[in-house]
This record gives sequence, C-alpha cells and structure tokens, in this order.
Amino acid sequence: MSAIDYSEKIPNNVDLGEDRTLKRALEQWQPHYLDWWNDMGPDGSHNLDVYLRTAVSVDPAGWAQFGHVKMPDYRWGIFLNPAEKDRKIHFGEHKGADVWQDVPGEYRANLRRIIVTQGDTEPASVEQQRHLGRTAPSLYDLRNLFQVNVEEGRHLWAMVYLLHKYFGRDGREEGEALLERRSGQQDNPRILQAFNEETPDWLSFFMFTYFTDRDGKFQLCALAESSFDPLARTTRFMLTEEAHHMFVGESGVSRVIQRTCQVMRELKTDDPAQLRAAGVIDLPTIQRYLNFHFSVTIDLFGADESSNAATFYSTGLKGRFEESKRDDDHVLKGAGYKVLQLRDGRLVEAEVPMLNALNEVLRDDYIKDSIAGIERWNKVIEKAGIAFRLRAPHKAFHRSIGTLAGAKLSPDGRVVSEAEWAAKVDQWLPSASDRAFVASLMGRVAEPGKFANWIAPPAMGINRQPVDFEYVRFN
Amino acid sequence: MSHPPRVDYQTNPSIYRHWKLSFDGPVATLTADFDEDGGLRPGYKLKLNSYDLGVDIELNDAVNRIRFEHPEVRTVVLTSAKDRVFCSGANIFMLGVSSHAWKVNFCKFTNETRNGLEDSSKFGGLKFLAAVNGVCAGGGYELALACDEIILVDDRSSAVSLPEVPLLGVLPGTGGLTRLTDKRHVRHDLADIFCTTTEGVRGQKAKAWGLVDDIAKPAEFAARIRQRALELGAGSDRPAGARGVALTPIRRRIEDDALRYANVTVEIDRAKRVAIFTVKGPQGPQPSGVADIEAAGAEWYPLALARELEDAILSMRTNELDIGVWVIKTDGEAEAVLAMDETLLAHQDHWLVRETIGYLRRTLSRFDLSSRSLFALIEPGSCFAGSFLELALACDRSYHLALPDDEARAPKVIVGEANFGLYPMATGQSRLQRRFYGEQSPLDAVRAKAGRPLDADAAFALGLVTSNPDDIDWPDETRIAIEERLAMSPDALTGMEANLRFNGQENMITRIFGRLSAWQNWIFQRPNAVGEKGALKVYGKGDKAAFDWNRV
Repeated sequence: MSAIDYSEKIPNNVDLGEDRTLKRALEQWQPHYLDWWNDMGPDGSHNLDVYLRTAVSVDPAGWAQFGHVKMPDYRWGIFLNPAEKDRKIHFGEHKGADVWQDVPGEYRANLRRIIVTQGDTEPASVEQQRHLGRTAPSLYDLRNLFQVNVEEGRHLWAMVYLLHKYFGRDGREEGEALLERRSGQQDNPRILQAFNEETPDWLSFFMFTYFTDRDGKFQLCALAESSFDPLARTTRFMLTEEAHHMFVGESGVSRVIQRTCQVMRELKTDDPAQLRAAGVIDLPTIQRYLNFHFSVTIDLFGADESSNAATFYSTGLKGRFEESKRDDDHVLKGAGYKVLQLRDGRLVEAEVPMLNALNEVLRDDYIKDSIAGIERWNKVIEKAGIAFRLRAPHKAFHRSIGTLAGAKLSPDGRVVSEAEWAAKVDQWLPSASDRAFVASLMGRVAEPGKFANWIAPPAMGINRQPVDFEYVRFN
Repeated sequence: MSHPPRVDYQTNPSIYRHWKLSFDGPVATLTADFDEDGGLRPGYKLKLNSYDLGVDIELNDAVNRIRFEHPEVRTVVLTSAKDRVFCSGANIFMLGVSSHAWKVNFCKFTNETRNGLEDSSKFGGLKFLAAVNGVCAGGGYELALACDEIILVDDRSSAVSLPEVPLLGVLPGTGGLTRLTDKRHVRHDLADIFCTTTEGVRGQKAKAWGLVDDIAKPAEFAARIRQRALELGAGSDRPAGARGVALTPIRRRIEDDALRYANVTVEIDRAKRVAIFTVKGPQGPQPSGVADIEAAGAEWYPLALARELEDAILSMRTNELDIGVWVIKTDGEAEAVLAMDETLLAHQDHWLVRETIGYLRRTLSRFDLSSRSLFALIEPGSCFAGSFLELALACDRSYHLALPDDEARAPKVIVGEANFGLYPMATGQSRLQRRFYGEQSPLDAVRAKAGRPLDADAAFALGLVTSNPDDIDWPDETRIAIEERLAMSPDALTGMEANLRFNGQENMITRIFGRLSAWQNWIFQRPNAVGEKGALKVYGKGDKAAFDWNRV
C-alpha cells in the first residue's frame, strides 16, 4: 500500500497528517472508496473533465474553488466548521453541560446508528443517480449532477471520518459496510427504503434533489445541534453544500415548468396530449411527480410517535430544526404535540407527548419549508398568465410509515374508499405511462449552450460563467 | 377497582390475531404478524412484532395443533411477515404497565412454550427452524434460541440482539442468557459483549460467534430455509400418511368459583384461599388399539385429560393469584388408570400416543413449576395409580388416609411402570428419582412393590407419601396443615417450594427457571428497573434512567 500525502490528496482541517488513528483507517478505506466510486459512481464519467467546485478549506475563500477535474481525482476533503469556544449543550437532560468532544460510552450505539444511517444515504443517492449522466439535458445540468454526486461522496467521507476517528474498530467496520451496501440490491440494500428506489429520469432527479435532499437538510440541521461536537461541526459544514443540491432541484423543476408554460402560451392550450406531442411535460404530470416525491420523502422522518426520537433528543444526540431559535425550555418534559390519526374513517388530531412526537415536529417544519419553494414555482406559472397552481399533497396522502401508513386519502386530504383510490390513483401519482412518456424525452444534449426541448436554460451559469460554457469536456 | 377480564388460554387458528399457520408437506410455517392493536390489555401497541401474553397463547395453541392435527409435519419454520422485522421481543410498554405478578406469570408461560419446542424436538420428532428474516431482538432472539437451528438473513442490517441489559436494565429472562451459554456454547466473554451491545451482531460475525447456525442472502433465503427445513425433518419418524386429530374445543363450564371440565374439576374456596383439583379417572371401556385411539381423537381420555388439566392450571395461575394452596384429589378406578398406562406404554412409538404422553409430560411439569403450594389428599374413591400417582408425587406434601378398620375402603396407591421415567420433570428425572435423590435402595424397594395396591401405612413405609393419618386424626391434621400453610408469606413459600422441588441435578431448563428467573425477578423488583426513574419505566419516553450505583 502506497503512502498517501494526506494534506495534498485530502484537503482537511482536522490535522489528518498527524493523526495515526485516522491515517491507518483512511489508508485502508481510501482505496476501497475509490473502487466503489469507479464501480458505482456516475456511469461512464471517469474520463470526463468536469467544472467542479472543490472545498479546500472552510473559510470564505476556500470552500468554493472551481476548476475542471476528472471526478476520480476529485479531492474529497474532510472539514468541520470551526469549533465554537465553550459551546454548551443546549437541550435535553444534559442542558448546560459542556458539549462532548468524544463519544460518551453510554451513547455509543445510538450515535453510531445515527451516523451510519445518515452516512448510508450519501453513497445511496450516488448509486440511484448513476445512469442519469447518459441522458443529461445539457452540459450545465450534467455538471450540476456531477457536483451533487461528488458532494454526496464527500458527505460520505465526513461520516466515515467520524466513524473512524471516534468509534474504533467498530467504526471501521461500519465504514467498510457503507461501501458494501448497494442501492436497490435485494441481497444488500441501503438502510432506508427511499434510497433503494431508482431515480429513473431527470424530472425525478430534480424532484429528488428538491424534496429528498431537503430531508437531508433537515436531518443535518437536527444533527448540527448535537451535543457530540464533532458531529455538530461536521454537519454544519455539510449544510453549505446541501444548499446547492436543493438549488439544483428547485431551479431544475422551475425550468421544466417555465418551458412547459412557454409552449402552452405558444400553442394556446393546456391539453396534456398536445403538450406531450410538442415534447414538454404537462403541468398535471409535474403535479403527480411532486405528489410522489413529497409523500415518499415525508416518510423518511419516521414514525409519528417514536421512542427513539424521544431518546435521541433527551440524551442530547439530535435536536430540533433551529433548536436555539425556539422559545421553550428545550427539555420538553410534559409538553404535548398534535399528530394526525385516522380513526373510524376520519382524520383526527391526537395530543401525544412532544418528546415522542419529535419526528412529526421535524416533518412539519420540513413541510413548511418545502411549500415555500412550491410557491416560487407557482410564480413562474402565474407570470406566464396560466391559471394552474401546484400544491403540496396532504400530509396523510400516500404514506407508508407511522400511524397513517396505508391510509387511503386523496391529495387534498379526503378519506377515500379502496375503489376510489384504485380508480383515481393514476390522477394522483405518476402512472406507468407518465413515466414512460417522461423517459421518452430523455436524451443527452452535449453541445455547450444547448438544452433539451423540455427544459428552459438557466438564467445564469455556474460561478459567473456563461450558460454556454463548456461545463463538461468529453475526452 | 374493576377486575380485568379473565385470561383464556383457549383459542384456535380461525380467531388468531397474531400468527399465521401454513402447511406445505412436511414443513409447517408459523408466521409472526402481530396485530399492533391486538394487545391483551389496553395501554400498549404491539409494534414491530413485539408480543404479550395473548401472542404467546396463540403460539402455544399453534404448536399443539401442529403436534396433533398435522402428524405429517416434521419441521416448523418460525418466521415473520413484517418487513425487515422478525420479532422484537416482549412489548416493553406492556412490561412497564404490568404488575410484578403479571410479568412473572407471563415469563413463566413463555418459558414453558419455548421449552415445549425443545421438548417436542427431543421426544416428538418435531424440529424447529428460526428463519430470522429481519431484526431479531430480545425475546425474539430468545424464541429463535429455543429452535433447533437459526438462520439469519444476511442483508447487512438484520441483527440478532439481547439488548435488555443496556436498554432496559433487566435480563434476557426468557432463557436468553442460559441458552446462549448452555445450548449454543457462546464463549462467555463474547456473550458478555453480545448482551451489552444494543445493536446486536449481524452477518458473518453472528455465525462466527455461534449466535446463529447460518446466514443467507435475501435472494437465497427462502430456498435455504426450505432446504434446511427438509434436512432437519429427514430424521424424524412422524408419519407422512397419518390422519391428524382435530383439537376440538374443550368442553368446560366456568363458574364464579369453579372450573368444570369432563375429567377435571377445580373448586375454589375464596375465604380459605384454597382450590381443590379433582381429576377423574377413565370411565367405561377405553380403546386399547391404535385404530380405536385414532378414531377417538381428541376425545381419547388421556388426551382430553391433558388438555383440560393444562387449561385448568394455566387459568388458575393467571386468574386466581391469591388462591395459594392447590389440593389435588383423584376420583376413579385404579385399574382403569393402569389399563390406560398399559395402552400408553404399549403404543408409545405410535405418533399420536407419543404426542399424548408428551402433552401429559409437559402438563405435569406445569404443576412442578406452579408457584402454589401443592397438597395431595389420598382418600377413599381415589385412583392414585401409575400416571395418576404422578399427581401426588408432584405435590409438596401428600396425605394418605389410613383406615385400619376397613381394609376394603382404605384408599390405596399403586406404583406403575409410568412412574419410572415416562414423565420426566424439567430436571430430566422421574418424580420418584427426585423423591429419593436417585438412590438405588429406596427406588428398588418401591420397584419391588410395583403393581401392588399400597395402603397408607405401606406407602408411608416406602416413603411414597408424607403422612398417613388415620380417620380420627385426618380431619384436623389435613385442615391444620393447609391453614398453617396459608398463613405463611407467599413469597417465601414460592422460593422454598421451588428450591425443594428441584433438589437434584441442574440442567439448562432448571437453570432457566431457577437461576435466570430468580435473578430476573429480583431485578424486576428493584428501583433500578421499576422505580420512578427505573430503566424499564422510562424506556421510550425520552427520560434517562437514574440508577442507584451501589452494587448489591
């Protein structure tokens, strides 16, 4: 095994070169990671020069350095936000005590589980998206896909760093396992079911980066509150990158809508058949994709009543979204929270202990945040003078986790019969023919400045480059 | 305070809420799909295939039905219908809201059910295979441990675990600790890690440590289970072509102060806190050949008796906590009992007879394990012979009435072949061996008198009964003995009786009921588990357990 010059190869602010534990661990893990990237990273991409942003330090000048690189040579760095002096635990039973710089033995298992579950989603999404490069609607979009992919890879590094640095042999084994699981592989699946589904087309990809990466943002925000300081600092830095992923999703969907509206005006029609014939994605189909990704993603927050959620909060492992901005005692004993339940065919609100409802609290915060973006999409439609509004489906629509799992409701929250569900499901969720149609639009556009017919160009390029910049060079 | 509804141990597959029973040739599959809302008591949901007493009542019933209704079955596969969850053990919230007595009774019954799997494997040719297709924690793993083999799905996330100590501050008390060591020979230091690691052990490591027998990838899991199930059953002599015996509903009448079955009556004297069990011997002509026995089916006397006695014991244990003394009487002809024994012994290799003996063996064992004082009264009209003598031998004390002036009416006991090992206790010994500590000379003396009616003095001389009062002493001696008993601390009596009943050699089962249960029941009482801030009490509520750190 060749020695690695760490400071050059792996930009970091954790004094990697001097840390024997980490050196040993990463010397073994790094080659396995590269093997994984070569096997499971973006298909057919290894020889491309991609205009990527690389973080080389956490200060404003260093966190976004742009240049063309081959992805296997991307410098996946390890960064923690700078330590906050005298940071105190600010929620749960240990409130007021110093944050932990090491893993308390008592919480080893739960912390490891949190980190592994978070870490597992990172390579999973790379695997889910690995074929999309072949059908990118432009070089600009292809570059954005790859940027998302390398950053998911970096987020995996960030989690593996924590496992290696703080969890001993156990952590090393988990680090290996993160490279061994495979999205969608029956024998060897990723931990969370949503990360075993395919991302079959670019509309799905944009929806995924808007909705599902936003779940990632909320989970990271909750972990950024953690009493385990290295986890809090790592996730805070990850959040700066996650913002770009959501930008890719929000602007991507927005550009699809913009293009559709443009053709609707040109043809003066809202007939899906005519619009499809014109090669754009009709708004009702976009709504169905939205319904699907929204509902699948809010399942990721977990059961509405959860003993783990209570334990994670009380023991200080995982806070709430923007914990420090909240105006309560940050202990939550005796507090209640309303959750939705289906009783005798009706939706009712039931008050449950807040500590047990923290998944639901985070889910509700997430819903508020994601609805804001949907309103920005509606502005695009409004600006085109079209009377159509996209809506987030009801929280109880199409759920498969928690007490609402399996409940049959329409997207506007009406309880429906099995028969009505079966009759209307194709109006509410993407049907096989919707997916086939969207798939039929997919094809690689590789000429700088050109865009597929179904999507509008962006208003501006990356890093102030022009839109027709050669974001990806094929060699 | 209103009384909770009585617990009924009778059920059948058409009303199961938790298990699905399916058959495919020599393999039966018991699929766990516990109904979250199907808890026996309010206040908890059976999430993630977690169980309560009601789930285990169905399991006990299902295994009995496989034994009797499906003689063609040689292997039972236990698996789960829930996605990525096999079984997560006893429901913690149920334990949190239960009284100590309820917990202990629940654990005893679940222990007996699990021991029953091993009993059937050892004696009845029925093998059990745990097809662990998801998370397998606590009592879920203990159930798997009671199977002959465990195959764990290797999907990189499913683990077996015993998280009771680190998570709940109690023990894996349904045989977990004991089977880990005594049955699976997991090295004690590895077991130490395993039992303190909440997330458990998965995949190759689980196999290497001996926690499971094999692992299989999800794609090949079903085929591997099927293949291994067939291999496990290959050595069994359970017959492929025989017709099963339907376990029709037992006939009983439940009264306020009595349980009445065809062959068993339990009468409760609430004021005295005594229950009188009267077991009636066979009446009229009985089948002696296997064809007639098969034709009699569930009505065949020994089988009917076993089912009724089991129901009576379980019902009395669960529903009548303060009835501290069970008085055991019999009623019938000794000859009829001995004829029954002759039939049982003559055909003990026939599957139905063997299963019936097994049912009697496990039921008699339930007597040994009941935390009640057991007194046998041997009176005129009784039939303590052979199999029925076991009832007296199971008791803490037996009183045999002497009628020196009326030789004809004087009650007799008869030692039969059935007393020399047909119904071993949990220790593996016969009750006679237990009684005489396996010493040869008293056993030889008893053997020499086998088949002969023994009156009170003769039985007393052989050491077969505790006391032989004559008819003048009898009323006071028996009354005072029972009254005196009832005045003593029930806790101390339970502990004393268990120590004296299981007096000889130890084995895995006695260590489960003795060492493991005793420690568990101590821990269950301690503030570190059940105090306001005890680990069991605060689990899942987001509270942190507060321990008293002093070691005791």
